[in-house]
Amino acid sequence: MAVLIHAETRVICQGITGAYGAQHTRGCLHYGTKLVGGVTPGKGGTRDANGLPIFDTVADAVSQTGATATMIFVPPVGAADAIIEAASAGVRVICAITEGVPVQDMIRARAWLDQHNASAGRGFGTLGTSVTLVGPNCPGVITPGPKTGAGTAHDDPYTSAGCKIGIMPGYIHTHVSQAKRSKAVAIVSRSGTLTYEAVWQTSALGLAQSTCIGIGGDPVRGLSHTDCLRLFFDDPDTHAVLLIGEIGGTDEIDAAGWIADRRAAGLPVKPVAGFIAGRTAPPGRRMGHAGAIIGGASDTAEAKIAALSSAGVRVAASPAGMGRAVLEAMGL
Amino acid sequence: MKIHEHQARDLLAQFGIPVPPGRVITDPAQAPDAFAAVSAGDGSALAVVKAQVHAGGRGKAGFVKLVRSAHEAADAARFMLTNRMVSPQTPPGGLAVSKLLVAAGAQIAERPRSAGGGREEFYLAITTDRASRRNVLIASRQGGVEIEQVAHDSPGAIIKSPLDPLLGLHPFQARRVAFALGFKGKQVGQAVSIMSALARLYVQTDCTLAEINPLVITPPTGEHPDGRVVAIDAKFNFDDNALFRHPELEKLHDASEENPAETKARALGLSYVALDGSIGCLVNGAGLAMATMDIIKLHGGEPANFLDVGGSASEEAVTEAFTIILSDARVRGVLVNIFGGIMRCDVIAQGIINAAKKLGFRVPLVVRLEGTNVEAGRRLLQSARADIPTMQAASDLADAAKKVCASVTA
Repeated sequence: MAVLIHAETRVICQGITGAYGAQHTRGCLHYGTKLVGGVTPGKGGTRDANGLPIFDTVADAVSQTGATATMIFVPPVGAADAIIEAASAGVRVICAITEGVPVQDMIRARAWLDQHNASAGRGFGTLGTSVTLVGPNCPGVITPGPKTGAGTAHDDPYTSAGCKIGIMPGYIHTHVSQAKRSKAVAIVSRSGTLTYEAVWQTSALGLAQSTCIGIGGDPVRGLSHTDCLRLFFDDPDTHAVLLIGEIGGTDEIDAAGWIADRRAAGLPVKPVAGFIAGRTAPPGRRMGHAGAIIGGASDTAEAKIAALSSAGVRVAASPAGMGRAVLEAMGL
Repeated sequence: MKIHEHQARDLLAQFGIPVPPGRVITDPAQAPDAFAAVSAGDGSALAVVKAQVHAGGRGKAGFVKLVRSAHEAADAARFMLTNRMVSPQTPPGGLAVSKLLVAAGAQIAERPRSAGGGREEFYLAITTDRASRRNVLIASRQGGVEIEQVAHDSPGAIIKSPLDPLLGLHPFQARRVAFALGFKGKQVGQAVSIMSALARLYVQTDCTLAEINPLVITPPTGEHPDGRVVAIDAKFNFDDNALFRHPELEKLHDASEENPAETKARALGLSYVALDGSIGCLVNGAGLAMATMDIIKLHGGEPANFLDVGGSASEEAVTEAFTIILSDARVRGVLVNIFGGIMRCDVIAQGIINAAKKLGFRVPLVVRLEGTNVEAGRRLLQSARADIPTMQAASDLADAAKKVCASVTA
């Protein structure tokens, strides 16, 4: 079943006629995602290169296609508005891929979403009952499906029952039915390419992935590490979790606290492995991600590694050891 | 992005926050006139000469000076414009100073002994708290000193008040903070309007830090029996991602304060941070780039830089990235670590080949490619081996780190 998205999720692309939007719409279609249309204001009524219908507004797209998820490639200046437009139109899962969204825009958009969800009497991050935002500045979400056979990464469709919403290379992922060990790990990460590295390592070690969520590298965003842990712990198809963090902020410390509290309360805890990037980053310098900057003592890699370790998370010392750390956490 | 103090003062004034008069000079000969102009206002023959650099530690380095005459002002200006400023926050060789601010030396009221004594100096700032996803007003009665020190020694001395994400700072919040800080009489209204203006400035100009330190109360006069609330020094950082809607702020950017390689990299859409080691890194993605630095260190090497070529770099950008890495004389080996997602491995491979032809690799080069179009990328590199004799291929991340560290120590 996985989390957030699955084989039947109907997806639209906001910004479908832009270079990246078009490229990744094609990539998702090839993977087997049920992409049902796109939005570019002013181009409503036309079709894209794949024959998908284009709409002027998200409301039109939702009412015509029944979409419940979106991937946003709208440029930074309009990205926060695109998020709010999607939520207003009833879209449940919003993956904002756009990089470079101003922080103040995200503060307002996130506050708006929180109010929107609160007025529906629901908490943030519970699928089916509220709006869930992933990102921005993220690779998206993927629930892998079984590969269809002789195909290559460019065949259509490459998987059956897979759903990829975002820019990750689909072919490195493994469905549990095709994994040597018949076990699936869920992955949550702030970094795109580091997630691909982790997927590649776990696939090479005979593991599958249930769902991988790139939560993005910005300081103010949608899902947090803890939100994702909550989703993964409730998912029967997820046998272990790999949590990938980096310097900056306290998200990973919060996640460690959540796990420790669960243990203290005697609640079940799935095997969790982790990795924190940026041990060698100098303080006060921004390391590419707007969110990756060391400010105080609690947002260093050391503080995060210590907090996760004491919560029983198997933390890999090297980024080359992420897959192995998952196996160790699972006792394999 | 950071701006200079004199630019920060202009911005405060633009939003209606009172600052003492000041002038910018670039030559010691301008100092006497500037002194006369700024010290005339309140009749006090007192001014302060301040070096306009982003690095902190100016006071201790002798680059902030109180002066009492035109002659002293000129002396101070001559010293600052002819010596390099060295502080813990500057590069080891120090910074050349080309601009000075000459500002009126504001008189500061004595704080009554019943209120703790000392001088009426306050700290006032707004920053973004990522944990609560709010902009937060931070204030303290202990101004004029390092706020980090205050937070460490007496956390109770710091007042925090979150801004409403949709409505900003409510006036009642500003009043509560003003009363808690001990403002009295007509000072309260002045402090409230300063806090409200700072909150508007923060959001409207997309700051990540807006700091007034110190905010002071001037001694009582006939015209102002409760004194005036005035901002003496200010510091702003802005969100680089929002500069597209603030062309007027972008113009204030001072490239002379930065590492030239970092400026060049940004113009090419690359994210580059110079470090001290000997192994140059070229990676796609910020997280993977940080992890690559980490694994180099784990294998006994030292990274020379952080370099993220981004998700969609062209062959030209990759070639330029190599130009930047190789122009660092300390680089004795280069590690390329690419996990192609959007980025295609064949584009990286072609960029490496072009760079080899254009620049020539004299140092060892270790290449690890994985992901989109990896086979095409490997074939390209294989067929160009003769052009890149120092190149080794790595099978995975650990192998790559091992090989590059070995080649540098060899």
